[in-house]
Amino acid sequence: MARHISTQRRALNTASAWTVALILFFPILWTVLTSFKPEAQAVASPPIFLGFDWTLQNYVDVNEQRDYFRYFVNSIIIALGSTAFGLVLAVPAAWSMAFVPGRKTKDLLMWMLSTKMMPAVGVLVPIYLLFKTLGLLDTRFGMVLVLTLMNLPIIVWMLYTYFKEIPGEILEAARMDGASLRSEILYVLTPMAVPGIASTVLLNIILAWNEAFWTINLTVTDAAPLTKFIAGFSSPQGLFYAKLSAASTMAIAPILIMGWFSQKQLVRGLTFGAVK
Amino acid sequence: MATQSSRSAARLMLSPTVILLLVWMIVPLAMTLWFSLKRYNLLYPDRTGFNDFGNYTRFVLSPAFGGAVVNTLILVVGVLVITVVLGILIALLIDQPIWGQGIVRILVISPFFIMPPVAALIWKNMFMNPTNGLFAEAAKLLGMAPIDFLGQAPLASIILIVAWQWLPFATLILLTALQSLSSEELEAAEMDGAGAIQRFWYIMLPHLARAITVVVLIQTIFLLGIFGEILVTTNGGPGTASTTLPYLIYKEALLDFDVGTAAAGGVVAVILANIVAFFLMRAIGKNLDA
Repeated sequence: MARHISTQRRALNTASAWTVALILFFPILWTVLTSFKPEAQAVASPPIFLGFDWTLQNYVDVNEQRDYFRYFVNSIIIALGSTAFGLVLAVPAAWSMAFVPGRKTKDLLMWMLSTKMMPAVGVLVPIYLLFKTLGLLDTRFGMVLVLTLMNLPIIVWMLYTYFKEIPGEILEAARMDGASLRSEILYVLTPMAVPGIASTVLLNIILAWNEAFWTINLTVTDAAPLTKFIAGFSSPQGLFYAKLSAASTMAIAPILIMGWFSQKQLVRGLTFGAVK
Repeated sequence: MATQSSRSAARLMLSPTVILLLVWMIVPLAMTLWFSLKRYNLLYPDRTGFNDFGNYTRFVLSPAFGGAVVNTLILVVGVLVITVVLGILIALLIDQPIWGQGIVRILVISPFFIMPPVAALIWKNMFMNPTNGLFAEAAKLLGMAPIDFLGQAPLASIILIVAWQWLPFATLILLTALQSLSSEELEAAEMDGAGAIQRFWYIMLPHLARAITVVVLIQTIFLLGIFGEILVTTNGGPGTASTTLPYLIYKEALLDFDVGTAAAGGVVAVILANIVAFFLMRAIGKNLDA
């Protein structure tokens, strides 16, 4: 950047940017702080910011009420499982569209994305009945299946935009050297696309972790992930702010921390290749 | 480049994804269509048979329907406008040379990682609650009467919550786009005497067009289906003040046990969503081709 800027101006910009950032982050900060308060101090008026009696009691209580670990494991299985399934389906599909494009490729991509516009509520009853008939209700496999299908269009789209940036000549050269299609994809394309695949994986894990419609409506206990765990706190327990905060913190912490560490990768992926 | 064999291989590798998505789309849709034509109420299992589109007329003519369509549009457009406008402003601010840009980015992106039920519960209870939410405390501090946000302005409150969740997405995409703008171009304009507003209007905004398109497309896809936030905060009320199309269908199916009418509502919603998708895809498709 060749733009010259005075220290004063820079300080002013810094102060405004930090103010905005802290306002946006405040609800999360407040939740985490409240989770360490005794219940009585959580609703104190005026509110106490830091000078309260720090305690871990809420975390203990919430764990006694509901087995956090079981929900956590289900969230992990559903997020990772649907991501793995999604990749297995989407990598070959995106390869086809990126390197052997037909006249209809663009339309096909748009169609895939448009399937996501269907309001989930509209097909809840049929899906519920289908799942009941097939014995998939409240099973981890059923949830992995639903979330794979939910996020498949996004995965295909993201991988497609990444693959398109890889010069086809390199793949051609590999083929000339006698590489089979399988090894061409596995050993030539995939390593080059690792950054793209990584951000696709990250985004998919986040979307699957936070998906709250199907996971809440199609699970009861066995396959219930953290979205269901937190939905149980909507009322009347929602009035116990400290416990609600502890449960919320436990539900969001894993993905929040993962997101912080992978933020750069993720943002690049989020632009769907449309913004360089 | 593509030979005959690579073409058929490509088709083979594409087919599992296409077939799965087709099945995922068509089977539930066909079932919904079937239910929508029949009498199907869980409270009256003896009433069966077709009912001459009665479900459709009941759903579309119900007093809540028009309001629900309008509420859905207000919600989607409201969130889009807030996130795009604020997103541009915040992106411009963060793009300036500032101290601690990395941490600022991390703070700004954080709401994007919060699952919808958590966001809704936090905002509803700890901020918007009229007796001991933080907003009420702030009002007391200023000597004003606390406002019952979700009771008095339910739709606006929901828009606020959803906009909070999506603002990071918009901001970071717009920021990425801003960072790819060459500073030479801006400096040249500056030397030619273009003011800050002119530089923004004639150089930055056109450069951001693609990014804005992506933000609008992706967010619309997710916003059309917004449901959990409404369920947790207002249950569509008071009255039907914050009932959107997805919530209305949910109410028919799960609260009134009228699967037939809910299915008709589902079909109507799918048709409306497809109309939106059609126009959006045409506009976006053009913009993304370049």
